[in-house]
Amino acid sequence: MKTASPFLELESGRPVDVTWDGTTFSLPDGANLAAALLASGVEVFRHTPVSGAPRAPFCMMGACFDCLIEIDGVVRQACMLEVTEGLVLMRPHEGEAHDDQT
Amino acid sequence: MIKRDIAIIGAGPAGMAAAAQAAGLGLSVTVLDEQPYAGGQIYRDVDRASSMRGKILGPDYTGGTRLTEGLRKSGVDHIAGAVVWAIEDGFRISYSRDGRGAQLMADRILLATGALERPMPIPGWTLPGVMTAGAGQILLKQSGVVAQGAVLVGAGPLIYLIAAQMVRAGTPPAAMIETQTRGDMIRALRHVGGALRGWRYMAKGLKMLAEIKLAKVPRYTGATQIAIEGEDKAEAVTFAHKGSRQRISCETVFLHHGVVPNTQAARSLGISHSWDEVQACFGPVLDEWGQSDVERVYIAGDGAGIGGAKAAEYAGRLAALKMAEGSNRLSAPERDRKAAPLQRAMQRELAARPFLDAAYPPYRAAVRPADSTIICRCEEVTAGDIRGYAEIGCLGPNQTKAFGRAGMGPCQGRYCGLTVTALLADANGQSPDETGYYRIRAPLKPVTLGELAAMDEATKDAAE
Repeated sequence: MKTASPFLELESGRPVDVTWDGTTFSLPDGANLAAALLASGVEVFRHTPVSGAPRAPFCMMGACFDCLIEIDGVVRQACMLEVTEGLVLMRPHEGEAHDDQT
Repeated sequence: MIKRDIAIIGAGPAGMAAAAQAAGLGLSVTVLDEQPYAGGQIYRDVDRASSMRGKILGPDYTGGTRLTEGLRKSGVDHIAGAVVWAIEDGFRISYSRDGRGAQLMADRILLATGALERPMPIPGWTLPGVMTAGAGQILLKQSGVVAQGAVLVGAGPLIYLIAAQMVRAGTPPAAMIETQTRGDMIRALRHVGGALRGWRYMAKGLKMLAEIKLAKVPRYTGATQIAIEGEDKAEAVTFAHKGSRQRISCETVFLHHGVVPNTQAARSLGISHSWDEVQACFGPVLDEWGQSDVERVYIAGDGAGIGGAKAAEYAGRLAALKMAEGSNRLSAPERDRKAAPLQRAMQRELAARPFLDAAYPPYRAAVRPADSTIICRCEEVTAGDIRGYAEIGCLGPNQTKAFGRAGMGPCQGRYCGLTVTALLADANGQSPDETGYYRIRAPLKPVTLGELAAMDEATKDAAE
């Protein structure tokens, strides 16, 4: 699936299927995961645990942690990962990443 | 556990150049870097991207292959995808890679952790679609992904570079909203002598501006009251320009008003830092070789103070020479003889900096944001919150954590630390040095229990 995105890919790699929040996306194999999701039209990567505000990649270099997503049950930075076939991705569970309720 | 003469953290220009130099002098070296390929942010993915989009990115970028090739040929152990999360005395470095923890011992450490974008808290800067200009460049370098109809906001040479690259990619920015003023340029003219010595940079800047002009990209200089509008994502940038209110619709906004040293690892080691008035940021206290006040820990590149990629390369090599001399691979006179041309090249490289720093100062309203602006992205703390804490007795950044969690989210203060220091310094009538900065502790990056449990057996035994 490909939705409208302001981001344009100059080249296209070999597409592989990954699922994002239950929807199948075709992303270039080996591409930076955050970049590939942005180019596929994913706008909101997560909601903040504090106010529920939407967030998406900000720094693309592993420093800001705004691109956190859940991958195989672990919350990780999308900008530090590569696309591989069959990834199952979702928005991190709202509230669970926060530790001040515990 | 593997033990090396030198461990280098970061495979950008400083780290790569230092590694090749040190290995050439007979030292055993391991380079640890977070990214899958060498290059750092400035030469991110340069080996792959140069052939595909070298024309868009330009020779200053593709020239980075000289350093990646040097690193490969040096035979240095380059551990890619390694996220360093602790550096302890001795030195024992802990990192995660492919879901496993690992450790490495080293006699000396070179921190080559580069720069971060200067935080630019303006209204709406947390909305999806708002990114740093550096992020825009990374998208282009690593992924060949360009934003169509993006708006660039801020000040500094990087704004012109990314605009020119977007023009070459066939997707020129919709507008450039620039914060530097005519007054800034007049003040910068004091440093015109240095600018002329660094004339190559000036010539490049003028060439980029010509490309941008030819593409008819609208430029608004001296912009103030900049805000990003949008409900769930960026929809427009509004600002004041020449006395009138402007609004430009866009889905992507790239922010930039300079870069600052990434001091996280250095601070975790207890290295002293001081406020740099010219660059308006903290930097580590170092001698001319990049040696810090923690014995056998060196810092080179933009993490030591912003000088750019070429200066980083020279600084990396200078630190390597000093480390080689310190481990008796080189006599002091030999060291000095090899250092002299590097020191001269470094001076030439830095000549244009004072001009650029004065001509493109940080955007004032983002250094001292309005009360309602979020300054800590992770914990959603506003500038007004911080001022409020100061009113009830909060003296330093570490106390703001207890007052309202600023700096306690996953980014560990990387994108709010300087703002918190500035706000508290103002509110309490103190200098940035008196106010200080967050205390940074390991783990420098989040580490999972799974990564610890999977830590190499050999490593664990040695750690007992």
